[in-house]
Amino acid sequence: MPTKGEKDALTGRETTGHEWDGVRELNTPLPNWWLYTFIATIVFAVGYSVLYPAVPWFTGHTKGVLGYTNRGAVASEIAAAAARQAPILERIRSMELLAIPKDTELFVYAVAGGKAAFADNCVPCHRAGGAGAPGYPMLAGDRWLWGGTLEAIHQTISHGVRNDDPDCRQSAMPRFGLDGMLTAAQIGDVADYVRSLSGNQVSVEAIERGGKIFADNCVVCHGEKGIGNPDVGAPDLTAKVSLYGNDRATLVDVITRARNGSMPSWGQRLDPVTIKMLAIYVHSLGGGK
Amino acid sequence: MSVPAAESSHGESSQDIPFFADRRKVYPRHVRGAVRSIKWAVLIACLAVYYIAPWIRWDRGPGHPDQALLIDMPGRRAYFLNLEIWPQEVYYIAGLLILGAIGLFFVTSLFGRMWCGFTCPQTVWTDLFMWAERLIEGDRMARVRLDQQPLTLAKLGKKLAKHGVWLVIAAATGGAWIMYFNDAPTVTRDLLTAQASTTVYFFVGLFTATTYLLAGWAREQVCTYMCPWPRFQSAMVDDQTLTVTYRGWRGEPRGKHHKGNTWQGRGDCVDCHACVAVCPTGIDIRDGLQLECIGCGLCIDACNEIMDRVERPRGLIGFDTYTNRAAHERGSTAHPRFIRPRTVVYLLILLAAIGGMLAIVLERTTASLTVLADRSPLFVRLSDGSIRNSFVVKIQNKAGIARTFDLRAVGLNTATLQVAEGEVPAVDAAVGVPLLVRPDSVATFHAYVHAPKTGQAQIGFMLIARAREDGESVDYHATFRGPPN
Repeated sequence: MPTKGEKDALTGRETTGHEWDGVRELNTPLPNWWLYTFIATIVFAVGYSVLYPAVPWFTGHTKGVLGYTNRGAVASEIAAAAARQAPILERIRSMELLAIPKDTELFVYAVAGGKAAFADNCVPCHRAGGAGAPGYPMLAGDRWLWGGTLEAIHQTISHGVRNDDPDCRQSAMPRFGLDGMLTAAQIGDVADYVRSLSGNQVSVEAIERGGKIFADNCVVCHGEKGIGNPDVGAPDLTAKVSLYGNDRATLVDVITRARNGSMPSWGQRLDPVTIKMLAIYVHSLGGGK
Repeated sequence: MSVPAAESSHGESSQDIPFFADRRKVYPRHVRGAVRSIKWAVLIACLAVYYIAPWIRWDRGPGHPDQALLIDMPGRRAYFLNLEIWPQEVYYIAGLLILGAIGLFFVTSLFGRMWCGFTCPQTVWTDLFMWAERLIEGDRMARVRLDQQPLTLAKLGKKLAKHGVWLVIAAATGGAWIMYFNDAPTVTRDLLTAQASTTVYFFVGLFTATTYLLAGWAREQVCTYMCPWPRFQSAMVDDQTLTVTYRGWRGEPRGKHHKGNTWQGRGDCVDCHACVAVCPTGIDIRDGLQLECIGCGLCIDACNEIMDRVERPRGLIGFDTYTNRAAHERGSTAHPRFIRPRTVVYLLILLAAIGGMLAIVLERTTASLTVLADRSPLFVRLSDGSIRNSFVVKIQNKAGIARTFDLRAVGLNTATLQVAEGEVPAVDAAVGVPLLVRPDSVATFHAYVHAPKTGQAQIGFMLIARAREDGESVDYHATFRGPPN
């Protein structure tokens, strides 16, 4: 290697001393703005490393003088959001359930809050928008098992259906087939009769036979005309919508085995304000009575 | 970068021209004259507009800002006198920019770089900074000497004073900028009492820094290296465009002239370099029109001063056309033509753009209706077999007063309409539901349209909202969905 400080004869500039096949490289230093920016980034990096978590170590990492953590930042943001929401949530908490929809501001807030809580907790069964699925009631419709008033919906969400909550919605349809209360032929006739209630065409004989069996076994809960009874969760059989399906096979299956679906007691899982907002949201889906 | 070590077939020019030339600092000399006076007037007018505009008050009624010009970022509104621009109308800004661009093309095709030399903020603020520099450090020669002498206490004092004044001007620039985005009196009080938001301080700081750097340090480099405009302005300039021109037919051959000597057989240019000394971009206009020339015309004033002194007619440098220059070389004269295809086309485009903007502004509605059908569920079957669809209805009320809109559904047989908000009972869809929308806001409603089953999967219908106060009506083509069988 040549000694340093060699000048290129042609340009008068220093060379780096590197030579390849007679071609020598001029020493062209970095522009100053580049160099200073580079130094500034080093200074920044040192400051950052001192202030913030930076260096990984066997037992974790350096914590930084500021004590900053991403989790802590998220927690404080959540706390700040909760603090912002607190006043309006307190108004919803303290206000009578039925009075909330009359206050447009609270109603809009409760529907939005209820929608979020619904998406987190209810959508797996009841589907987005309360569209429902076989066995899981549609909440956007007008047919309610346990009542469609705001208070009834609130009660159902709070304590659920057929669970270990002492205040839950409780009732049991008998297993007419499995327990030998009706024969398979009788169940078929009842199924035909029930189908006729919602306007389906079935044979006159089946209606006659099924009607008798219905009167003997079903009217206690479903009523003489089959319009149901929300006190015991007995569905309206005259409606043109159904919970499990309206074809004969499904009805036979339901009467034979009795489905007796259940729903958790959300009062044990969610706070009262959320349940109020959920009730208002479900009631607002269009089917509220 | 590598060069052959041995002597080679290098051309002379590549040895003379370095790969990178360091900036030669420009020390423009002060000059007096007609152009300079116009430039001062334009400078004062531009600064006055910039500083006064946000303080103009404009009454819009209670609950609305009373600032004539305001861009309210958190509120998502821009106010321009009586016009209130919502975010979805941001194309107004695009329209203004188009007007600005076409206007610039038009002026440039007529008079060259008028914008650059007189009104560009870079020029205005650089002028302002040079004025402060001259007051503190003196004129051209004093500044050159000051920079060459070693650092003394006096020099340090002058430099500190200059940069201090520059920073104050820069801070005032940044401080005024944020007034277009905040209520001017409020934000001024907050700034002075150190109570303004971090955002405000950040932007004041940002614009202080950029003003200080661009007008104090970068100066003509912004025009020659950073600004795209000089690069493509040649597309607007043609032979008939008035540009700052050295009238070589009068000036050449140039040379020193002593009092009493004859002017016969020589040009008027006495090669005094006054035009070079006053040039803010440090060029020699006698080399012809060049990219660095911002068309400020200060060399005209400088040359006129000298021509007066040597008792020759003024106007050796002046605004002139290339055609006239070429004509003089042939021994004739050519007057500039202002009406030519290029200027006419620019003017027509400009008028069309103005007309379009006016039409948009005049046809601006104060209400709009947006309807979004719920997709889960698409439709609901009810106990009696009928069908219900739900819609999210948004009504925009851009008026300054609260209005009640009657929402109707037209085109469905025996339909009913219900709105979740306010517990409105179901009514005949053709009669409508009254919905109150607060002034200057968007209200969201959940509407339920209920109709008998038809067996059609889709039926088109109209949702119409009509304001009771002024009869303004907006509509939306919606679709009613049901089971296809």
